[in-house]
Amino acid sequence: MIEAHTTLSEPYSLVLRKLCNEYVAGKPVLKEIDLTIEGRGITAIIGPSGTGKSTLVRCINRLVNPTSGEILFQGHDIAKLSGLALRHARRKIGMVHQEYNLVERLSVMENVLSGRLGYMPAWKAWMRMFAPEDIQKAYLMLDAVGLSEFAMRRADQLSGGQRQRVGIARALMQDPDLLLADEPTSSLDPKTAVEVMEIMVKLAGERDIPVIINIHNVELAKRFANRIVGMTGGRVVFDGAPQDLKDHHLAEIYGGESWMDNA
Amino acid sequence: MNAATAVMERQAFLPNWPKRAAFAALGLYILYALSTLEFTWARFMRGLEQGSKFLDRLWPPNFAPDKLMLMSEGLLESVQIALLATSVGILLSIPISLISARNLVPGWLSWIGRSIIALARSFHPMIVTILFVKAVGFGALAGILALIVSSIGFIAKLLAEAIEEMNMKQVEAVRATGASWVNVLVMGVVPQVMARFVGFSAYQLDSNLRNSTIVGIVGGGGIGATLFTAYQRFDYDFAMTILLAIIAIIMVSEVFSGWLREMFQ
Repeated sequence: MIEAHTTLSEPYSLVLRKLCNEYVAGKPVLKEIDLTIEGRGITAIIGPSGTGKSTLVRCINRLVNPTSGEILFQGHDIAKLSGLALRHARRKIGMVHQEYNLVERLSVMENVLSGRLGYMPAWKAWMRMFAPEDIQKAYLMLDAVGLSEFAMRRADQLSGGQRQRVGIARALMQDPDLLLADEPTSSLDPKTAVEVMEIMVKLAGERDIPVIINIHNVELAKRFANRIVGMTGGRVVFDGAPQDLKDHHLAEIYGGESWMDNA
Repeated sequence: MNAATAVMERQAFLPNWPKRAAFAALGLYILYALSTLEFTWARFMRGLEQGSKFLDRLWPPNFAPDKLMLMSEGLLESVQIALLATSVGILLSIPISLISARNLVPGWLSWIGRSIIALARSFHPMIVTILFVKAVGFGALAGILALIVSSIGFIAKLLAEAIEEMNMKQVEAVRATGASWVNVLVMGVVPQVMARFVGFSAYQLDSNLRNSTIVGIVGGGGIGATLFTAYQRFDYDFAMTILLAIIAIIMVSEVFSGWLREMFQ
């Protein structure tokens, strides 16, 4: 039974071991991060700007290369992959970006279908010969984020909230086993931010895949996540349930207390 | 009182003495250069007189049938030189610009790409034409090869710069989906630079049409040789006919390239 359980959850779980990153030698951004993300649920990473949250999330799909350490996912150490093996690992990791990062001159549909690029040769992408089932799936994704009627619009004609929903659709088109979100709401107004978080959490829940969200809005983190990881100075200083995150933790994470409402 | 003077003394900009000195030096050099050219008012007036005589002999243009035949042959060859050189130049420019863009390839490779571009830009098309005339002989081939070189120099350079200025975040997002390098090019890079690339190419077609009318002067084929001969034989009325035809071609290409740019906006 235990064995069956581990094999079931293993494809989705992520283990970081002694992950270090330094852009400049001798000035580490991440200092030996050890973190295990179970195969489900929403994990929010909070912390002040420049503390390595973004670097941590971007190390996982190797948009940033870690200096040392292991990133264990689906039986591979992503930190050591390159070429085709790395691209195959990336296919299984969807990412929602801070400034949406849609290709602005492409249509919404083309952006969503970009999520399938890891599965097709370049000449087919050039000819826009996407598989019929991918196209149908893209429409289902757009239905799910409420943007089907925008499929033929150019991405730069959309509002911020709409673009981020396209970004979510693109990430989920990959059929990911893990969803990363790098400050997905920081460019959005508060209401839109909540809407985008709701859609992302709902769609990830339907697929039963874990989500790692790097977010600076503590309220949103507490509202949507079932686990909070607090980082400061390149280290994890809090790891627990949202209800266990107290003011003294926040004081440790962000430094000082003067900025808090009740201080 | 003290506070007020302090406010007066605070400056928004620092005086840039090296810049002022450089401008002063440039001004002095221009004055010196003018003084060495023996440029006098009398000479200028004499030139104007000569010019008006020349303009007088240009008009009316000569539309004799045998002249028109001679001209259309040369013109057609010029247009062919321009079209072929532009097409081949564009095809060669794409890979060269890709390996020159520092945000797509490792440094050593972009250095090679940049060297090719620098070499292609080093010489004026006329000098390159002379080289190719020596290498492959008189005729259109030399002109085509020379204009291919200058097309690479222009399109590859500007395209490489356009690629380096594109939004890397969009490219990164495509890369994050697990797309291969070529797939990232197709869906992340091409959409961002396509409109500018079409603009450069259309401009280069214009430029090649103009250049294809002069490469003939040094033996590179096209209307240039005919035009040069007309000048040398003082057939100014025929030269005028050729000039008018060239203007017409450039205007047509202007309309065509504008339409092309519009389509790819």
